[in-house]
Amino acid sequence: MSEVLFVLFAVVALGGAFGVVISKSPVASLLFMVATLASVAGIYVLFEAHFLAAIQVLVYAGAIMVLFLFVIMLLNLGHDYRADLKFGLWSLLAFVVAGLTAGVLAQGFMDVADTGFREDGAAVAAALDEAAREQGVAGVIAEPLFTDYVVAFELMGLLLLVAIVAAVVLAKPRN
Amino acid sequence: MHEMHQLSTFWFWVAGAAKVIGVFTMVMLAVAYMTLAERRVSGFIQDRLGPNRVGPFGLLQPIADAVKNLIKEETMPGTSAKFYFVLGPMLAIMPAVVTFAVIPIAAPLPTPVGTVDMIVADVPIGILYILALSSLAVYGIVLSGWASNNKYAFLGGLRASAQMISYEVALGLSVIAVLLLAGNVTLTEMVWQQQQMKLWFVFPLSLAFIFFVISALAETNRLPFDMPEAESELITGYHTEYSAMKFSMFFIAEYAHVLTASALMATLFFGGWDIPVWTGDDMFWHEGALIRGFDEAGAPIAATPNVLITLLTLGAFSAKTAFFVLLYIWIRWTLPRFRYDQVMHLGWKVLLPAALGYIVLVAGTMLVLDQLGVPFGFRYGLILTGVSGVTTVAFLFFVDRDRVISGAHGQGSVARIRARAAASVAASAAVPSAARTAPGARPTTQAPPGPASS
Repeated sequence: MSEVLFVLFAVVALGGAFGVVISKSPVASLLFMVATLASVAGIYVLFEAHFLAAIQVLVYAGAIMVLFLFVIMLLNLGHDYRADLKFGLWSLLAFVVAGLTAGVLAQGFMDVADTGFREDGAAVAAALDEAAREQGVAGVIAEPLFTDYVVAFELMGLLLLVAIVAAVVLAKPRN
Repeated sequence: MHEMHQLSTFWFWVAGAAKVIGVFTMVMLAVAYMTLAERRVSGFIQDRLGPNRVGPFGLLQPIADAVKNLIKEETMPGTSAKFYFVLGPMLAIMPAVVTFAVIPIAAPLPTPVGTVDMIVADVPIGILYILALSSLAVYGIVLSGWASNNKYAFLGGLRASAQMISYEVALGLSVIAVLLLAGNVTLTEMVWQQQQMKLWFVFPLSLAFIFFVISALAETNRLPFDMPEAESELITGYHTEYSAMKFSMFFIAEYAHVLTASALMATLFFGGWDIPVWTGDDMFWHEGALIRGFDEAGAPIAATPNVLITLLTLGAFSAKTAFFVLLYIWIRWTLPRFRYDQVMHLGWKVLLPAALGYIVLVAGTMLVLDQLGVPFGFRYGLILTGVSGVTTVAFLFFVDRDRVISGAHGQGSVARIRARAAASVAASAAVPSAARTAPGARPTTQAPPGPASS
């Protein structure tokens, strides 16, 4: 059952990713993107990472992509009948970057194939299950986030605050 | 008495399928009769009859409407983006009907094959699932507005996305107060915590409840927040170009949203399926066994599920949900529509900072209570009720109609309006009619003459 679902989600995620790149209308690209994000959330659920799945849909598919859609529609970007991207030197660079990324990923998979998964994987999974039963799925994420990683978390918040202030300053009319 | 245990895998699937079909049918039936309730209640409020011809009291009206919408012609505007035009209503209805799945509707039901939880899917993320899926609801509205290729529809779609994104923030923040108190995100646990506290969360979290009601009104695009389909300015907004069943689907989606929001208000703040005062209905899965509480020593007391309890709690849940549905309808036919800038002002400049401040207050109070060693229970709830009550009164005192939502030139309090009216009556009696200003002149605070100001 979960294998079938995994294949389904994986196919939709990959197909959606291709759709984002090759569709000519920006709105179609955006909807493909939403389908990809939702499928990845489905894969998270198969891994029992429920919290991550919910946040993925809530933040990326539900908020960020809606803002993208808002901007695309408001500015009426793109045309159905004409590709916005022209093949040129840029596409060559893009292929190089894509190839390098694929290489790094392949290297990572090879390492896993050589060494296998961590030996204590089952024990870690059991400990996580136990923690999730006691604290709930949100607690398992929240506990380390607000104890071990609290400095990084606060710095992240500061970074977002800086970005917001910058956006307000940029949007302010000059006179 | 049936044996009390969890279901085997096979019966889990059977029960799951039965619950999916049962709850879906219930939601659809409720939606159909909510349209009738809306029309009858609006008739009552406006002192007319409403639809009462099809069947007794008009009870068959929803069926007649459904048949009409199914056999009507589907129009397709020539200049629309066809694919997205068809996709829009589908995307609108999907999140509306699936969110009900995580709301517990009654106490567990005993059956010969095991105890069945009366919830379609008790997912561990509970309320986050609802927030995530309802954040997708905006796609249907925005896309159909855009695909219609119609100015009014497009404006409606844009307003919808701006409004729903804005109020999602306030909605999420008002829920955080509940999460703090319940200590978990699943809705079954929230019902259980309210039973344990012997106090519904609406009392210790009164201000969060007010924020939740306001944001839920805005999220469901209901009056006074129905900017996306404001008839007087946008024809009917995003669904202007839609007809027949596609048009119906937007309405099914809207009413299903209203139903889910009402059920959420009942679950988060009014104990869900809990029957007040009576503790015999308290039930919760604790380490594989159904318990109804803990004794003095902290040992769990076993609960015995009963068909009668399940039916009674289902009745309690339905009554609470129906009350909030009626409240929705009541508000719609009572309040006028906000202006768009007022909607944005309320969302970003009032609800957002106030909800953030309230979270800090609730968290601070809970921290103090935990440090003082007050056990989670009735007394804990009462102290929080006191703190929240004071905050709520203060909030309502500062956020009255005058300052926040009255618009550009603050019309003033009732006393000031009365004084002005009295002054204008006196002035129009003293000034001969020839000296009156032209009709439509802007009334000033200084005794505006003329009949327009009465």
